[in-house]
Amino acid sequence: MSSVATPAPTGDTTRRRRRRGTKLQRRQTRLAWLLLLPSLLVVAFVAIYPLGKTVYQSFTNQEFLAGITPTKWVGLDNYHQLIHDTIFRDSVVLTLKFTLITVAIEFALGLTIALVVNSKFRGRGVMRAIMLVPWAIPTVVAAKMWLWMLDDTFGVINDLAIRLHLISHSQSWVTQHPLAVVCAVDIWKTTPFVALLLLAGLQVIPEDLYEAAAVDGANKLQQFWRITFPLLRPAILVVLIFRSLDALRVFDVFQVFFGNRLGQQSMAVVAQGTIVQDGHVGYGAALCVAIFLIISLFVVIYVTVVRVGDE
Amino acid sequence: MKHRRLLILAGVVGVVALVASLSVVAAGSAKPTAAQHATAMAAPKVPNAAAIRKKYGGQKITFVGDSVGNGHVRDTALAKRFTKDTGIKVSVVPHPSASDASYAQLARAFSSKSSSIDVAMLDVVWPGAFAPYLVNLKPKLGKQSKLHAAGIVANDTINGKLVAMPWFGDYGILYYRTDLLKKYGYSKPPTTWNQLFQMAAKIQAGEQKTNPNFAGFVFQGNAYEGLTCDALEWIASAGGGHMIDGGKATINNAKAATVLDAFRNQVGKTMPRGVTTYQEDQTEHAFDNGDAAFARNWPYQYGIGAGAGSKVAGKFSVTVLPHGASGKSVGTVGGWQLGVSKYSKHKDAAIEFVRYMTSPAVEKFDAITNSNVPTIQSVAKNKAVVAANPYLKPAIADVPRVTRPAKYLKTHYNEASKVIYQGINQILNGTPAKSVLPGVQAKLNQILKQK
Repeated sequence: MSSVATPAPTGDTTRRRRRRGTKLQRRQTRLAWLLLLPSLLVVAFVAIYPLGKTVYQSFTNQEFLAGITPTKWVGLDNYHQLIHDTIFRDSVVLTLKFTLITVAIEFALGLTIALVVNSKFRGRGVMRAIMLVPWAIPTVVAAKMWLWMLDDTFGVINDLAIRLHLISHSQSWVTQHPLAVVCAVDIWKTTPFVALLLLAGLQVIPEDLYEAAAVDGANKLQQFWRITFPLLRPAILVVLIFRSLDALRVFDVFQVFFGNRLGQQSMAVVAQGTIVQDGHVGYGAALCVAIFLIISLFVVIYVTVVRVGDE
Repeated sequence: MKHRRLLILAGVVGVVALVASLSVVAAGSAKPTAAQHATAMAAPKVPNAAAIRKKYGGQKITFVGDSVGNGHVRDTALAKRFTKDTGIKVSVVPHPSASDASYAQLARAFSSKSSSIDVAMLDVVWPGAFAPYLVNLKPKLGKQSKLHAAGIVANDTINGKLVAMPWFGDYGILYYRTDLLKKYGYSKPPTTWNQLFQMAAKIQAGEQKTNPNFAGFVFQGNAYEGLTCDALEWIASAGGGHMIDGGKATINNAKAATVLDAFRNQVGKTMPRGVTTYQEDQTEHAFDNGDAAFARNWPYQYGIGAGAGSKVAGKFSVTVLPHGASGKSVGTVGGWQLGVSKYSKHKDAAIEFVRYMTSPAVEKFDAITNSNVPTIQSVAKNKAVVAANPYLKPAIADVPRVTRPAKYLKTHYNEASKVIYQGINQILNGTPAKSVLPGVQAKLNQILKQK
């Protein structure tokens, strides 16, 4: 691609060489495009088409069940409604809070666990396996399990707490501390994933760096800040991006825990409810576009941070 | 060597996860009261089974059925019998226990023209919304429909087409502990909500000394369809209208606000704090576990409470719901219909299944084993049925019924009901009615305009 911009040739030999090079380059470029084509088509089919269709639908009044109202173009009506939608606004704030809390705690816990299971001790393999169990359980199953454990009539958590004399009678955790319990479940579930990614990052740091540092008289803390942390930075960024995006589009835990309770809906729950329960595909699509833009904002911020960090 | 260790590791994780999820699934299905009850009486025989077998034997249909109480046990028993007699295979899939969630599930299936559902159970408020996707049953089941209550058949007839068959009826009733009323010096159940709160407070204060989890009153307070039904009873019984009257939202009125605030003030006092998360099953569980003095629920709870596995068998009774200071007792009309999907590949076999499921013999079976309200009058008056279901006695069964405002909302009912139950749930969670109801009323009027 850069061949177009090359300055004018200065002599016969260079020209010939350049032309040969151009031919080769062109052939290679063509081949590259050819090889990329299948994956580009797949991306277009699974990402660009649905996204485009959602954007298109967000400008219509389409309904979920056909035959209720004829679909027509409504311009920016949906977006106008969206600006004044307090339910969606509340869900954005709640989702951002959820993201901030869970990602911060998951990162702190995940890094600690990764450092522990990265050190050599007996039973390390078993430990690594056990650590992954919460991550291996489907989210809906895990959420339902926790909901039952937290239940105010038959929940095991109340039972244990009463037996240990921590509380006098059953608490309704889910209504009294909604954000705390939902964050706790998410942290329980995804900390292993964070730990796993960071562990992979830790394993590529060469052992001799630490040996050299030890010879130079660096203590453990200095080794961590001067060697581990900087070399782990790429892994940390990957973890933060993955977890933030995941947390921003959280659906299952909120759906299982709170269903349609006002003020306790994540962005995705509101969008799903608008489309499937209320039947407003058009307005729901506008909500989805808004969610997409909010998440994109985070991606832009993270990618910028990575770029700046690299330079 | 390294790889093998990794494989073993992955294996261990997989096995542990599998065991964990299986135990969750097992815990979910391990309902104490389920099986024994429905097997006490055998599922009735299918009439004309041989003729049906000849025509449709070997076909496979899917029935999206009940999931509340012992409903799934009943469905499976009846489907098994039907398959045995006719050779039509029926796979029974329980629907989500929140009715609005199962509406969403059906809407998804219908909008994608899916043939995966042949027969579905439909809430009494849905036929209007789903009519375009349902088979007209009049040609084949018109005669049988005449046995059923005319009001429900009319509800299920859209533009002259019988889009669903009545299956069982429902109305809200009050369950109360006879032993505890006696213990605390009450001779009869409460007639007003305030009486109920007072009695609940006294009984709860006494019972909590030995059972810290005891609550005065439980009902369906979660943000879902059930709360719309419950709140309609509170508001209508206090003279506050029916949420929407004459095509206009009326929910924002002083009487409605008073009764809703009265309920709000009881949450965390005579009602458990968690009541704002309760659906039918949690209500039934709390009451049948001996953890509540009063409960509002549908008739199905009677059979479970009286059955084996219940801690309150013989210690409770039912009556009409209390009313507000200036109103009359009412009961919200619920109930379920069976419809056949237009996209079914075996419509005729599906219709035969509906014929069987809505026959007098099956309704009698359902009423006796599951305490569901028969929609066939002759069954509802049958001595054996009334003996098993005291709520069918005229004093309770003749209570004025109130209907959810579906007729004004048609296809927008689900959306409007969501606005209502979200608002009421917000009130129960502590927001004063006067700052919630104006918003609910405005949104309802906006939805009413959409038509």
